[in-house]
Amino acid sequence: MNIVEQSREITPINFPKLNTELWRYRDEPGRLIPLLQSAQETYGYISETTIKYISGVTRIPESEIYSVITFYKQFRLRPLGKYLIRLCDGTACHVNNAKTLKEIVEDELQLEGNDTTEDGLFTLEMVACLGCCSLAPVIMVNDQTYGRLTPQKLRKTLRKYQKQEKTEAKSQ
Amino acid sequence: MYTITIGTATCGISAGADKVLNEFQLLIAEKGLKNIKLAETGCMGMCYKEVLVEVKNGAGKFLYGDVTQEKAQRIFNEHVLQHKPVDEFLALLDYQEGTEKNFLAKQKRIVLRNCGHIDPMSIDDYLARDGYQAIKKVLTNMTPDEVIKAVTDSGIRGRGGAGFLTGVKWKFAAQSPSDIKYVVCNADEGDPGAFMDRSVLEGDPNSVLEGMLICGYAIGASEGYIYCRAEYPRAIVRLVNAIGEATKRGFLGDNIFGTNFSFHLKIKEGAGAFVCGEETALIASIEGHRGTPRIRPPYPAVKGIWGKPTNINNVETLANLPWIILNGPEKFAAMGTDDSKGTKVFAMAGKIKRSGLVEVPMGITINEIIFDICGGIVNDKKFKGVQMGGPSGGCIPAALGNTQIDYQQINKTGAIMGSGGMIVVDESTCMVELARFFLEFTQKESCGKCTSCRIGTLRMLEILERIVAGQGKDEDLDVLKELGEQIKATAQCGLGQTAPNPALTTMNYFREEYEEHIKNKRCPAHSCSSLVMYLVDATKCTGCTLCAGNCPAGAITGVKKKAHKVDRDKCIKCGKCITTCNFDAIYKE
Repeated sequence: MNIVEQSREITPINFPKLNTELWRYRDEPGRLIPLLQSAQETYGYISETTIKYISGVTRIPESEIYSVITFYKQFRLRPLGKYLIRLCDGTACHVNNAKTLKEIVEDELQLEGNDTTEDGLFTLEMVACLGCCSLAPVIMVNDQTYGRLTPQKLRKTLRKYQKQEKTEAKSQ
Repeated sequence: MYTITIGTATCGISAGADKVLNEFQLLIAEKGLKNIKLAETGCMGMCYKEVLVEVKNGAGKFLYGDVTQEKAQRIFNEHVLQHKPVDEFLALLDYQEGTEKNFLAKQKRIVLRNCGHIDPMSIDDYLARDGYQAIKKVLTNMTPDEVIKAVTDSGIRGRGGAGFLTGVKWKFAAQSPSDIKYVVCNADEGDPGAFMDRSVLEGDPNSVLEGMLICGYAIGASEGYIYCRAEYPRAIVRLVNAIGEATKRGFLGDNIFGTNFSFHLKIKEGAGAFVCGEETALIASIEGHRGTPRIRPPYPAVKGIWGKPTNINNVETLANLPWIILNGPEKFAAMGTDDSKGTKVFAMAGKIKRSGLVEVPMGITINEIIFDICGGIVNDKKFKGVQMGGPSGGCIPAALGNTQIDYQQINKTGAIMGSGGMIVVDESTCMVELARFFLEFTQKESCGKCTSCRIGTLRMLEILERIVAGQGKDEDLDVLKELGEQIKATAQCGLGQTAPNPALTTMNYFREEYEEHIKNKRCPAHSCSSLVMYLVDATKCTGCTLCAGNCPAGAITGVKKKAHKVDRDKCIKCGKCITTCNFDAIYKE
């Protein structure tokens, strides 16, 4: 049984994108991490089915794949909100009051200890350093960076996204 | 004929460089001008002035800072169309004159020689500045031993943090017999507050590739990896482009410059683990495993990736090499002190006026960097100390500001040179809280393999958390010191061995601050929220009631148009009143 047949047997759903990636990395040693990165890029997170599928093709035990996933911060086992808010708590942002910003985000989005809002719109992630220390304090909402934030500026920014969502929901 | 160059490294983009670039594109298209060249470049180092735009013609180089879309329109209309430079936005003129001239006066740019001058996406720009001439000289005129000798003679130490002599490291790898060897560029820059490597990768990726080629030839390796943080997407794009272009021109691949030297390069993206900056953890990660370190020896130079000899160098070290080869090791060794040669790049951040990237000759003092180059402390507050080497380093107090930048001298203070992050703190930063912050970072990043790091750092963190919460005990300082010293002595890798440094150095230099927290339950910097009180300045309060309405605990009371009061028992110290007050009437004590 060749690899493709075997993978068809194992997975209940089809992974067209991942399949080409698997072929690309098939003979490469150390392929597990690039594979997981590509899976996460495609699906936003790594599901149980994905783990099973990768394990079936690469013959790396599921337990080992799981252990690698949980070691690295980049990998997620749950889906992300539509807007990923990355709040920088690197040194420069920390000394410029990133903690207050965190409280404001939690308050404004009513996160109550969760990292994702109930409606699945926002996910808050604390990151060690976004690398633009001179603009501290900084957050990123998806790919957009907001620097030199004050509590007022941050609330305004968050409300902008909330408003945008509400108008979108209404028009639908 | 004008050339308009915009800095589009991550710091520039964060400040809105793409919008400014777009604005110039529109303006040029609108006027239908053909004789204007619009270009992009990497980090110019002056992050505090981003967005930076350089307008160049026969009359000179004009560098504008803090450019917005509106300012871009004025620069275009007045400077480009009417040939009248806009003096009020000008930061530098020909890199000699202008408000920011002091920023460059004491710098010496070797690693950053091309950053901000070339388009990082263009190999031709790099070639025009002696690019790939060093590898040509090495391949056609030097033996591997001669290359290693030149690097040894230059005295360069590894810029990743530990400061091991690069030439010696190469010699070990060269002496390990093997059919396959690897060169690895460590671009897993993870210290919070450090962005030197990112700027080099984004601003001058080819210099790093050339450094790797030189190393490959010297140690007999024909394969290389660049292990880069996935958090640096822009750096990765520019590296991929540089590798593609270099391969097309024959600087990478088989039989480079018609010799029998071949070299192939791959990029490996890190997946977010600080410990992977450690050599053996990095190797495990490249092999596709959890990034846990292992005991050395055997060193990577003997047994590295897949058991083959591997030489790992940091981005900055590699970017120095072409310069050393072309200018001669003597010239490099002439800069610096007896112990430390050449230059060092620092990422300056924190409470400082000019934050950004500086490259200084070794031997310069900390005070010179902070005051002469970076213009001193924001709002002219008091300089309290500087954290060097990130979470592995230590805090050097203002009193030791005359310490020279030199591996030995910095080590003497209890800090380390580190990879080059310098976080400057002023009197409003609490040193206990700073130590807690760094320990929280290393504790989270501990891979969990060895006990002293996994559990020891957690115990230290718990004690520090107690102290900043106002529940410190008298014996805490002794316990912290003992724990810290034991972890340093027994942890397996660099992460654990250095994790106690921030706590130990701050306890050494700012002991009275710890004691105030423990004995008097006071935070002298008014920063630890559990230990401060919120008060209303009755002379400034107008009685607008805004704070009372916003207080989530109902702790603020008062009559309209009369000064309000904070009830200490009810106050939860959230700070909301300070941020809502329009009259600066609420303060902390």
